[in-house]
Amino acid sequence: MANSLRGAGAITGLGMTPMGRIYGKTTNELAADAVRAAIADAGLTKQDVDGLLINAGITGFTGGGIGLGLQNYLGMENLRLLNHMNAAGSTAAQMVQYATLAIDAGMANHVVCVFADAPLAQGTSAGAAYGGAARSSGRPKGIAGLHAAAGYFGANTPYALAAQRHMALYGTTQDQLGTIAVGQRAWATKNPLAQMRDPITLEDYHNSRWIIEPLHLLDCCLVSNGAVAVIVSAAEKAKEMPRPPVYVLGMGQGHPGDVNRSGSEWETETGAKLAGETAYRMAGLGPADVTACELYDCYTYTVLVTLEDYGFCQKGEGGPFVEDGKLGPGGALPTNTGGGELSAYYMWGMTPLSEAIIQVRGDGGDRQVPDNSVVLCTGNGGNLSYHAALILSPERN
Amino acid sequence: MTTETPSKPIPEPDDASAPFWEGSLEGKLRLMRCTACGIARLPAREHCDACLSTEYEWFDASGGGSIRTFGVMHQKYHPGFYDELPYTVAIVELDEGPRLPTNIVGLAGKKAEVGMRVIVDWERHDDVALPKFRPA
Ligand SMILES: [Zn+2]
Repeated sequence: MANSLRGAGAITGLGMTPMGRIYGKTTNELAADAVRAAIADAGLTKQDVDGLLINAGITGFTGGGIGLGLQNYLGMENLRLLNHMNAAGSTAAQMVQYATLAIDAGMANHVVCVFADAPLAQGTSAGAAYGGAARSSGRPKGIAGLHAAAGYFGANTPYALAAQRHMALYGTTQDQLGTIAVGQRAWATKNPLAQMRDPITLEDYHNSRWIIEPLHLLDCCLVSNGAVAVIVSAAEKAKEMPRPPVYVLGMGQGHPGDVNRSGSEWETETGAKLAGETAYRMAGLGPADVTACELYDCYTYTVLVTLEDYGFCQKGEGGPFVEDGKLGPGGALPTNTGGGELSAYYMWGMTPLSEAIIQVRGDGGDRQVPDNSVVLCTGNGGNLSYHAALILSPERN
Repeated sequence: MTTETPSKPIPEPDDASAPFWEGSLEGKLRLMRCTACGIARLPAREHCDACLSTEYEWFDASGGGSIRTFGVMHQKYHPGFYDELPYTVAIVELDEGPRLPTNIVGLAGKKAEVGMRVIVDWERHDDVALPKFRPA
């Protein structure tokens, strides 16, 4: 029997601000710009919106991030659904999931889900925006201080260590990781929204500086200011709304956690597996049905290991799977077709989600995929600790 | 005029970890073991994160383990590390099970490898010693 949630919800609005090194707006202002654009895109008025889900980016931790106060900033009265959510990079997909559940349960009609961030200050490096905590003076407390004492800093360290273990266990190569970066940049050259639009070669990849071996600079995502908002509505209503509906056929989550004891394989076996099983089951689909992927790509390695966990290839075979360039333009499995977080913009889980919406609507222009019938969209956060999946389609059935 | 070398972050003992740091000054890798489920852990908290029991005992680990994974850091994060770049940051899995973030020292030109056998090598500071590891 088909799951009753399959196709119950649809994404009906998308609003995006300029993204990247854009300055002069607070995160509240950016969020308001994105929400205004999403409401207009959906053909709604502010009064039609009765749900608001909010996700701050890194500024939610470092200061100046959006929070519950956004409701009042937007002057939204009598909301029937409201929360400020944080499951790191998996939040965007999760907001769509909770919105769909609430709508299906009759708790709300149109839920706006918004992400905003502004970690970049004029004249500072991207690294400074995320590495700030590492420079704090004073003694770190207790056993957790072993991280700082070992110079184990930022997100770069755990992802490099995860990639290293995959390379050691399965023979994954630097060229295979580089192929992902090159393919995504090729997509970005076709995306007017992308921050990095100059094509790169594998040689450029190898020549980019080391951040932490085995990760080069070109293995790592961008840092961006900006905001993205989406609106989730009931599928029945979506048919009557102006833009092509983006139906939510499958949803799932998987959160392996971050344990420091024997037995955990967090480096090479991620929450994508559990999330994928749930989402595929709800949709009644499998990896062979997926025609395009928008995968959370904080690092090249994240893409590789995510493909394995969604069953596109066997565990450990992600390297050989990607090395023919099948993820890039013209390839057999178009993936991160806007350039992703590596080359387009870093709006956490809104990066894959926004591009998935663009592709499912057929709005991809020069980068439109040949078959958009089943698009897998994922979010990942922490040290491969949190994961959420959406299976999206222009068809409800 | 003198320039002060910025110091690295040195952990400060807290209640949960105090015996670990006392042990460190004696060259002992002192850990907690859950007496309910038997799983050993780093002393980060009162309860066992495998079974949630608060019953535990202290014991001294052998100091032996293997490199679970590692990376070679080139990025400038903390001024205390600038002089050592690039350095090898690793997760070592102790023979008793717990994993800890550390550095691999004494490689003498060799590259670290996943699975490499290592042994604790204490780096002494004022009131704590830090467990680094060298090839066994
Ligand atoms: Zn226990």
